[in-house]
Amino acid sequence: MGARMSIEEIVGSLESGMTIGIGGWGSRRKPMALVRAVYRSALTDLTIVSYGGPDVGLLCAAGKVRRVVAPFVTLDSIALEPHFRAARQRGAVEFTEYDEGMFMFGLLAAAHRLPFLPTRAGLGSDVMRVNPGLRTVRSPYEDQEELVAVPALTMDVALVHMDVADTRGNGRYLGPDPYMDDLFAKAAGRCFVSCERMVEPGELDGPPQTLLVSRMHVTGVVETPGGGHFTDCHSNRGRQGRDEMFQQHYAASAADPEAWAVFADRFLSGDEAAYQETVQQWREEGR
Amino acid sequence: MSATRAEICVVACAEAWRGDGEILAAAMGTCSILGARLARLTFEPGLLTTDGGALLTAEAVPFGAPAGAVEGWLPFREHLWLVQNGRRHVMMGASQIDRHGNTNISAIGDWAQPKSQLLGVRGAPGNTICNPTSYWIPKQSTRVFVPKVDVVSGVGHDRAAELGPQAARFHDLRRVVTDLAVFDFGTPDGSMRLVSVHPGVEVEQVQAAGGFDLVVEGDVPETRQPTDEELRLIREVLDPKALRYREVKA
Repeated sequence: MGARMSIEEIVGSLESGMTIGIGGWGSRRKPMALVRAVYRSALTDLTIVSYGGPDVGLLCAAGKVRRVVAPFVTLDSIALEPHFRAARQRGAVEFTEYDEGMFMFGLLAAAHRLPFLPTRAGLGSDVMRVNPGLRTVRSPYEDQEELVAVPALTMDVALVHMDVADTRGNGRYLGPDPYMDDLFAKAAGRCFVSCERMVEPGELDGPPQTLLVSRMHVTGVVETPGGGHFTDCHSNRGRQGRDEMFQQHYAASAADPEAWAVFADRFLSGDEAAYQETVQQWREEGR
Repeated sequence: MSATRAEICVVACAEAWRGDGEILAAAMGTCSILGARLARLTFEPGLLTTDGGALLTAEAVPFGAPAGAVEGWLPFREHLWLVQNGRRHVMMGASQIDRHGNTNISAIGDWAQPKSQLLGVRGAPGNTICNPTSYWIPKQSTRVFVPKVDVVSGVGHDRAAELGPQAARFHDLRRVVTDLAVFDFGTPDGSMRLVSVHPGVEVEQVQAAGGFDLVVEGDVPETRQPTDEELRLIREVLDPKALRYREVKA
């Protein structure tokens, strides 16, 4: 059962060298408050497993990442993630590049304690060339079809962000897409849930099929209002969806080392409360 | 009414889905999204289209508009399962494409340390090996049409042939639409072939904007003009804010 924890306690329980899965998709419902805490931490040498967005970018910018496992890294409304690009172009991070569907099959395999799952996705493409460890598997039935054996994407820890969670760690998503967060929770040895709003057990209203993450898979839960910012989070307070203006500010700053130093100093040098307060000030100043 | 180049492109994209029946028309890029919805509103009413997100809309909606009434749910996980299922024809973009239809959206240069890191392969490997795929390229040039792509994200005909008939049995590259012309792969070895040039474009101009020998057979016809009803739907219903001109100049 998920215990209530602070952001610092959660990140304090992680270790350098770990494989960390991050839920959400691109620049959508990312556990950004936890990512910002990892950014501030002393952790290094991490393997990040993610449908990548600014989570991957921020951690690359901080030099936390040894390897990225992802089918893409994007800010959605801005196609390319500047920090990830820079890290790749410097040769600063290793990359396991999978097709989106392959990646899901890897999560499914890990979530169900299978060594691999077969799929056609990847056959004939350079995914097979740039991941020389990937193997194929032949159907034992009459068809004898050869398929990609996607290895389980098992991870030490998963970080996911829910719109609402209860104090036991049950998590509910609002909005139209659960992404793969339940699979991340099941594929990891430990899963930590951050949430925009925390309620008491029994107070998670809404359709039961939106109860995505179960406490049986959750180690710790923390309330982080605005914790999905600046990604598209259905219950971002007072605003629908992504904070596009702030994301533009992030991307423009990330593309230039001097501007990034100013951005990092202003927004990322303090704790999460300081971040939220500074974003609020930035908004009131009309940027 | 006389059509702009962007409107010719929207209709040429729409034509890619002709005859597809009741499948998902998945599209990336403004003109191809408009094309999918235009096809649904006119000659291919069985098509399913989305709001650009997780919702299958009950009707084809204007570009960027809220979904309105919904007829189905297609979050990313279901979309990825649908790729495996196959009832889907996707029109993707490509940063590079070669004569066999291999495409790259991953990285320019050496993959190990690219000169320019792009998106990553995204769903291109699965799309091309599992269901019909077309491409929309808003700015054809020798930078995009290249002899050999740096990273094979989307699988072309030569790669599919190497896999053999069983593994490649769902591989089906349909068309490439650019701002200049329409292509298919209707040659014995699956090389790209010029199907039509857009009104006002010369065949030589298309060849000059191609980094490999395009197959040209006989007199190449012009891409068809939109009907008055298609122009009305594009201008008044699907894209009243004229976002198509951000992708292809009038």
